Amino acid sequence: MAATKKNTLKLKFDSSRNLAPALESKSVAKIAERYDLFINGKFEKPSSKKYFDTINPANEEKLSSIADANSTDVNKAVVAARTAYEKTWKKTAPKERAKYIYRIARLIQEHARELAVIETLDGGKPIRESRDFDVPTAANHFFYYAGWADKLEYAFPNRNPQPLGVAGQIIPWNFPLLMAAWKIAPALATGNTVVLKPAETTSLTALKLAEIIQEADLPPGVVNIITGAGATGAALVNHPDINKIAFTGSTEVGKIIQKAIAGTNKKATLELGGKAANIIFDDAPLDQAVEGIINGIFFNQGHVCCAGSRLFVQESVYKIVLQKLKDRMETLIVGDPLDKNTDIGAINSKQQLEVINKYLKLGQQEGAEIFQTNCGIPKKGFYCRPTIFTNVAQSNRIVQEEIFGPVLAIQTFRTEDEVIEKANNTPFGLSAGVWTDKGSKIFNMTSKLKAGVIWANTYNKFDPVSPFGGFKESGFGREGGLHGLGAYLKV
Amino acid sequence: MITTTPDFTATPRIDQVGVEERASRFTKRSIKDETKLNGLKLALNMIDLTTLEGKDTDGKVKQMCYKAMHLHDAYPGLPTVAAICVYPSMVAVAKKALGDSGIKVASVATAFPSGQSTRDVKLRDTKYAINQGADEIDMVISRGKFHQGEYNFVFDEIASIKEACGDARLKVILETGELGTYDKVRKASDIAMYAGADFIKTSTGKIQPAATMPVTLVMLEAIRDFYYKTGKKIAMKPAGGISKAKQALHYLVMLNEVLGEDWMNNEWFRFGASSLANDILMQLMKQKTGLYQSGDYFAND
Repeated sequence: MAATKKNTLKLKFDSSRNLAPALESKSVAKIAERYDLFINGKFEKPSSKKYFDTINPANEEKLSSIADANSTDVNKAVVAARTAYEKTWKKTAPKERAKYIYRIARLIQEHARELAVIETLDGGKPIRESRDFDVPTAANHFFYYAGWADKLEYAFPNRNPQPLGVAGQIIPWNFPLLMAAWKIAPALATGNTVVLKPAETTSLTALKLAEIIQEADLPPGVVNIITGAGATGAALVNHPDINKIAFTGSTEVGKIIQKAIAGTNKKATLELGGKAANIIFDDAPLDQAVEGIINGIFFNQGHVCCAGSRLFVQESVYKIVLQKLKDRMETLIVGDPLDKNTDIGAINSKQQLEVINKYLKLGQQEGAEIFQTNCGIPKKGFYCRPTIFTNVAQSNRIVQEEIFGPVLAIQTFRTEDEVIEKANNTPFGLSAGVWTDKGSKIFNMTSKLKAGVIWANTYNKFDPVSPFGGFKESGFGREGGLHGLGAYLKV
Repeated sequence: MITTTPDFTATPRIDQVGVEERASRFTKRSIKDETKLNGLKLALNMIDLTTLEGKDTDGKVKQMCYKAMHLHDAYPGLPTVAAICVYPSMVAVAKKALGDSGIKVASVATAFPSGQSTRDVKLRDTKYAINQGADEIDMVISRGKFHQGEYNFVFDEIASIKEACGDARLKVILETGELGTYDKVRKASDIAMYAGADFIKTSTGKIQPAATMPVTLVMLEAIRDFYYKTGKKIAMKPAGGISKAKQALHYLVMLNEVLGEDWMNNEWFRFGASSLANDILMQLMKQKTGLYQSGDYFAND
């Protein structure tokens, strides 16, 4: 009797989505009507005289106008950074550099609520994430690297570590403030100066960070923040007086950058796309593994380069894992990112939503079985229901290509060797997850998986102390930890 | 009837870090306005108002029973608590005091709280409580035997008490504070459910730590797995340590997101608590009047 009912029961969850609204107040967020370029410690009008709109993806309303930097502006910023490097920053005692970085960290904490609200308004991520993850982790990166600034001799003993000079940094739209912190903190700690370009859809928190940097009284020109789209980034990459390019973004653009700097003396670190394998063995703590699947693919709407977007479940527990996963997905609340109860917010842009929808269609055309929760989504704004695809194989494009959305492709496997082969059978290699109760299996897997970051019995954990970066087409160079210092030093 | 007994040496594994992380996530839900109001009333209606003291008397129990029926008459339309929970010797008094109010009488039994006695004594303890009119029996498992790995002994004991309960619903107290790990909480939950428990309950209230959110989560997930396998619903009762309305709301959020709507009533979920009711009443009055009232406005029975 018991056997016949197996895996057919479904729990009812409708009411979990009917919580009364709990909106975070917008009043704390001061957003100017227009933002200029932050060059040499001041906000300057762009010589292009052009501005573009930045909108709230949750309701498509305009938030502000952002300056569009052309190559003249880029040049100005690089000249400012070079001058600051030669005249001030290079000569500033490491202990003094540390104080500035520490001050920035403290100011981020002081402005935490405002930064979290603006991050959510501009990028669409749930306020719970920007409040509990993005902003505190950004502050932690500055704290961490403040500590290293006067200890570089100990990080690289007998190597006489020296700064590179001017770093051009280009960051993506998925973790705007956090990526700015990842880039700026180690560069300053190692004595470099910076020209940073945020992504065009999410410039606001970087510009707020510029205000914080002003408030911290950092010498003018040490950090310059210029805004714009791809052309601005290209001008920065191609500027002859840049010593290093640090880029986080798509593999496609990463390849363009590498071509552009070939034959120059520019150093580079590239942190690119991913299609991570999240692997569940039959001896795993299954309920926690299901939580890891959810966290792996639905964190930040799946806009995470290390998202666990390929799930591998051992066949003997496939049915129960799928049943648990579907029931868990029904409790996810998709909606206004400013609501404290929202689990999945808005897709960052219309363009990205189109990419995701293209893959949803493609997956079904390829014969995969689609499952989406039947939660309501707001009428205005860019939203996507959490989605899983079953009945897929390595040869499906939804398994091979990075979707960068809340879309999970699920495959099964039988043995360790099989799953290692499948997990590595991808041009990417940024991250992976392994779920098992057996320690020896974890070590076997981690030594054979070709991925820069591997989580065991957890997923999407970040810490400033831990280096992050990829294998293969997921990029090269490491950010975070001791390794993150090396990327900004001549050693 | 459940006809097969699983191998309890191989119950599912629990990852401590993962469970605690998930449990804390429920506390991030922001419960406001009518959701809060409904949640508070529901929580009131799920309380097993409890007195389990050596100094309990007829007078004390009668006063508590009156409180159970009249939580705060200044606020019309409030629900009553679900049950009152007493020692076997107080069951008859409570039964009479509660009359036809619909409030159940639960009695602890089986050499509560330690359970250190013989099967025979435990069965007689249980039957006595039933004969006195108990609607529900809260038994304790033999933790000593459990730690010795005598899972069949624990299983058989629960099964025999269940038989002695007749129509009364059986709550099986795992005393999670004495079990040590989440793995063992899970194992004890499985044993209790397969042996015939109607409820699984965290604690006696006599041992610290009593109910915590992660422990309750492990037990709710065990109930979910049992339901997936058998189609049979088991009820849950965290007891001890839940004294604030906000905590109760967090537990309800957790219940709602682990087991869903079908469990969101006092047939399938209870709070074992003595001081929780007054904190909920205080919050309800605050919702109604906009002001916090002093504790002196709420009866301490």
